[in-house]
Formats: sequence, C-alpha cells, structure tokens
Amino acid sequence: MVPLAWYLILSAALFSIGLFGVLVRRNAIAILLGIELMLNSVNVNLAAFWRYGDVNQMAGQVFAIIVFAVAAAEVAVGLALVISVYRNRNTVIAEDIALMKW
Amino acid sequence: MTLAQIIFLFVALIILGSALMVVTTRNLIHAALWLVSALFGVAVLYALLHASFLAVIQVVIYIGAIAILFIFAVMLTRRDLRDRGPQLNRYWWAGALLSIFSFTGLVLLFRNWNGFSRTPADFPVGFDTVGKLGDALISPEAYVLPFEVASVLLLAALVGAVYVAFTRK
Repeated sequence: MVPLAWYLILSAALFSIGLFGVLVRRNAIAILLGIELMLNSVNVNLAAFWRYGDVNQMAGQVFAIIVFAVAAAEVAVGLALVISVYRNRNTVIAEDIALMKW
Repeated sequence: MTLAQIIFLFVALIILGSALMVVTTRNLIHAALWLVSALFGVAVLYALLHASFLAVIQVVIYIGAIAILFIFAVMLTRRDLRDRGPQLNRYWWAGALLSIFSFTGLVLLFRNWNGFSRTPADFPVGFDTVGKLGDALISPEAYVLPFEVASVLLLAALVGAVYVAFTRK
C-alpha cells in the first residue's frame, strides 16, 4: 500500500507550486489559478488523513466538502472582481491595480 | 512495488507536471487546461483513497464548473491574453526561494512526526462511505452546522459576485 508520507510530500509540493504561482504571476486570473492548486493540496491532505486514521470518523471528508464550497465562493467573487476591474481600468495585471495603494 | 504505488507515482508525476505548467505557461487558456489535468489527477487520488464521493464532486464541481469559469474569465479579458512583457513579476526569484523553503520546511516538519510513514488499515468490507458521509453532513451530532454555514457562505458569495460584476446602465 501507499504510505501516508507519499501523500503528504505530494501535497506539500503541490502547495509550494501553488504558492509560487500566487507570489510571482502578474496576471490576476493566474494568481487565482495558483490559489486553486493550494486549496486542492489541502483537500488531498484531508482525504489522506481520513483514510489513514479512523475511517468511521468522517471529519476529513466533511471538511474537504466545505473546502470545495469555499473554493467555489472564492472563484466566483475573485473572477467577478477581475472582470469588474477589467471593465473599468482595462487591465488584469495585478501590479497595475493600485487604486487603494497609499 | 504494488499496483497502487505505481498508479500513485504516475498520477503524482502528472499532477506536479501540470501544476508546474499552470504557474509557468504564457498562454492563460493553456494554464486553465493544465489546471484541468492537475484537478483530474487529484480526482484519481481520491479514488485511490476510497473517497468516491469526493472523486465525483472533484470532477463535477472543480473540472465541470470552476475550470470552465476560469476559461470564461480568460476569454472575457482576452485583450490581455498574451501579456505584453514578462508573465512573472520582478521578484520571481524571491517567490521561488520562498516556495522551496516552504516545501523543505513542511517535509522536515513531517519527518519529525511519528505517524509519517504510516500505512493504512485494510478498508472494512461493505463499508458505505457515501452513506456515512451523508449521515455526518446532516446529523445534528456531527457536522450539520458547519455544512449550513458553508451553504450560507456560498449563497452570500454568489450574490456578491453578481453585484460586483453587474453593469449599471
């Protein structure tokens, strides 16, 4: 069987790749893609801990489902903001959206 | 090496390769399609973990709804699709260093934990994962309150998204 370590290392790597995308991409939509990768790595961890712990305790899967709902909410609001900013300022480059910068 | 391990390594390679393409490719449509491939790999992992319901909603919600929403958003902002200038900001090396640090830090942290190389107990025969999950989601002794909070959050977020993206005449 696959040891728990493999799942944890895979999700740590996926999280770090997502973090890299969030930190370095200039396009706001690409930043949201990085956030999706990070949320998925969290979900892999939750499902793996459910399977490798007591399978009768469903907390891991329940919270994975809540993460799904939060991800859907985050994508809807994030993309609505990006499209709204694009309509008003004609850019999706995160560095150029500095309306609230002091 | 068992069959499950071979499948896991193959899927892990696909996930990590697609994830790297998501964060580095120039064309955002391609990035969204690579994200679909990474999400599909994660669905295979759920199936390997016997979390069948999660595997199905991963395909239906993530690939069917969220990834398609991304492709729509990329198309609605098409003029910037092939950005002028670089795709990464000028601090990309700091971001790369930070993510390598976070990866090594997480792995070192895991190694000090004694459950790290645990192998799973045999899956109980006739165990009804989906039924158990449904009971846990609606039973007052379990997780009905977090579930309802998540529903309200999703509803509020969608109303907010409609309001933000609405064009005033």
